[in-house]
Amino acid sequence: MSAALVIAQSGGFVRERGGDASCVANDGFCPTWIADNLDRYWTPLLEHLYLVVVSVGIGFAIAFSLGLLAHRQRWLIAPLTGVTSALYTIPSIAMFFLLQPLLGRGNAPAIVGLAIYTQVIIFRNVITGLANVPGEMVDAASGMGMTKNQRLFRVEVPLAVPEILAGLRIAVATTVGLAAFAAFAGAGGLGQKLIVASLITFKSNVVVAGGMVTLLAAALDLAVLGFQRLLTPWRRAVAA
Amino acid sequence: MGESSGRSSAETIEFRDVTKQYPGGSEPAVDGLSLEVPAGEICVLVGPSGCGKTTAMRMVNRMIDMTSGDILLGGRSVRDRKPEELRREIGYVIQQIGLFPHRTIADNISTVPSLLGWSKARMSERADELLELVGLPREMRDRYPSQLSGGQRQRVGVARALAVDPPVMLMDEPFGAIDPINRERLQNEFLRLQAELRKTIVFVTHDIDEAIKMGDRIAVMQVGGKLAQFAPPAELLMAPASPFVEDFVGADRALKRLALQRVRDIDLWTVATCRTGEPTAGVRERTAEADLDIALLVDEHQRPVGWLSERGLTGERIRSELRSPADPVVDLDDILRDALSDLLASESMYGPVVGAQGEVVGVLSMQVISQAVGSAPSEVPGATELAASEHVNGAGDATGPDEE
Ligand SMILES: Nc1ncnc2c1ncn2[C@@H]1O[C@H](COP(=O)(O)OP(=O)(O)OP(=O)(O)O)[C@@H](O)[C@H]1O
Ligand SMILES: [Mg+2]
Repeated sequence: MSAALVIAQSGGFVRERGGDASCVANDGFCPTWIADNLDRYWTPLLEHLYLVVVSVGIGFAIAFSLGLLAHRQRWLIAPLTGVTSALYTIPSIAMFFLLQPLLGRGNAPAIVGLAIYTQVIIFRNVITGLANVPGEMVDAASGMGMTKNQRLFRVEVPLAVPEILAGLRIAVATTVGLAAFAAFAGAGGLGQKLIVASLITFKSNVVVAGGMVTLLAAALDLAVLGFQRLLTPWRRAVAA
Repeated sequence: MGESSGRSSAETIEFRDVTKQYPGGSEPAVDGLSLEVPAGEICVLVGPSGCGKTTAMRMVNRMIDMTSGDILLGGRSVRDRKPEELRREIGYVIQQIGLFPHRTIADNISTVPSLLGWSKARMSERADELLELVGLPREMRDRYPSQLSGGQRQRVGVARALAVDPPVMLMDEPFGAIDPINRERLQNEFLRLQAELRKTIVFVTHDIDEAIKMGDRIAVMQVGGKLAQFAPPAELLMAPASPFVEDFVGADRALKRLALQRVRDIDLWTVATCRTGEPTAGVRERTAEADLDIALLVDEHQRPVGWLSERGLTGERIRSELRSPADPVVDLDDILRDALSDLLASESMYGPVVGAQGEVVGVLSMQVISQAVGSAPSEVPGATELAASEHVNGAGDATGPDEE
């Protein structure tokens, strides 16, 4: 079954149930309709969350590794920045259609596309975070006999955590928004409720689906922030 | 202190014709440096900015690789060692201290132990031991560096460098970022620590006063990385090898020498002491034999009371007729510079010197001091010996937390 068909069907379906009939007919903002139909948004919300977590997770793993590699092999920084920046400029709808011949329709092209968009943000933050580690830290670490790897994982990465996670937060926020377009790739998520022509004019739907996207972004941002606080207790230690 | 875990006694450090040419540099940063630091001594590298001090020091732990020549630690070339292993055996203290802000004080101190795979319990015990050694309260172990003052951080930096009791330490301007008052205090503390630990230390500074204070031997370098003179502080002040060194140590080098000696180190004048009621004849006789032609009236504990006047000597027995009080009273353990300052302050040409019980042992005069300034350098003790004798009266630093 084609996804376009599913979207068309669900569009008609959504309007049929409950609420003040005249309000719904006028595409208005109808609290009673929202109350009656809220349950239909849970699945798309969870799908959306899934898309974001998986694509950012994979994207982070790749960009972080590339960042560590380029920190060692400095010459890689320019080409990797160039490539990831170029990929970032591809319009999202085009990206999701371009990936379909390779990966088919569904979550796969959506996740790959979203992961690609996270690259430039995370990669850059990893590189600048590591570059901003004070020289005397690196000097002290080497001078006490750390190997390059020990220095990287015991000193440089921990000190770059705030900047790396700042990148992660931007990546998460961006991905929550972009994931709405993943519906073009045939993936689930709140985008299903936002890209259908007959629904996008329906204020009640836009408020619920759009509001959920915003709330999801805020919740994930808080989650990353909490994670950062957990990882960096030393930053909260106030001068005695 | 429980420092004698015996793992490492100090080792000699020998530079053999060491040259470092940076790529692109027109002249070498260090040029044919040869010198030997005996085990357990502090060698200070001093000289103007850019003369190659840091470069010379960092070649010891191979943070910089030398272009030619060799450096031997305990007779063994550093070239034959794996850099990481070598560095774990060499304490390393830098001007910026370089504590890791994301690690607690205890974890910072345990940096090298953890690289060597020590057990948690052993590292923790060692961290406590070292905090005590450098005079910091144990409660600091779980703090982060941002919660410490500059001076406290510096002490942690030293503790961290001492963690595995390395035979050799490298210190690059370790007190450079500390305000003058605390610097003085940290210097004194460190010298006291060194008197106990006896590490072989290469200490870099651009401050000649610090060099004189800290060094058992001083290597004066000049721009271009050439060694201008390598000598104990007193010899450097006494006999600068070149106009460059003379200029570098400063016009007040005679005064600086005074800071290296204590009153007990020099030949004092003898003086006739007398008590009230003593027969005058004997006192006159002893006064004639003494260096000073005035008698000193003392109490029953031989403590100075004042200089006896002619009238006090006129009768059969000594009468308590003073021409002046015995100001200033100088202590045997006083630094010569401080004693001179006391003499100047009381506008006096001489003053009685007392021992630990306050008993008179001789007289310090301007003349004695000027002879001392001209005396042979071998009579002048090194920094570590000076510090070792310091606990006698704590003259250098009464406020240090590490006392007893
Ligand atoms: N990595 C480097 N590459 C090229 N030249 C260097 C490098 N490090 C130091 N130099 C040069 O080598 C010379 C000696 O430098 P070094 O840092 O050893 O001097 P220094 O005596 O420690 O000076 P300061 O008192 O300013 O710390 C200087 O002329 C410096 O410019
Ligand atoms: Mg230097």
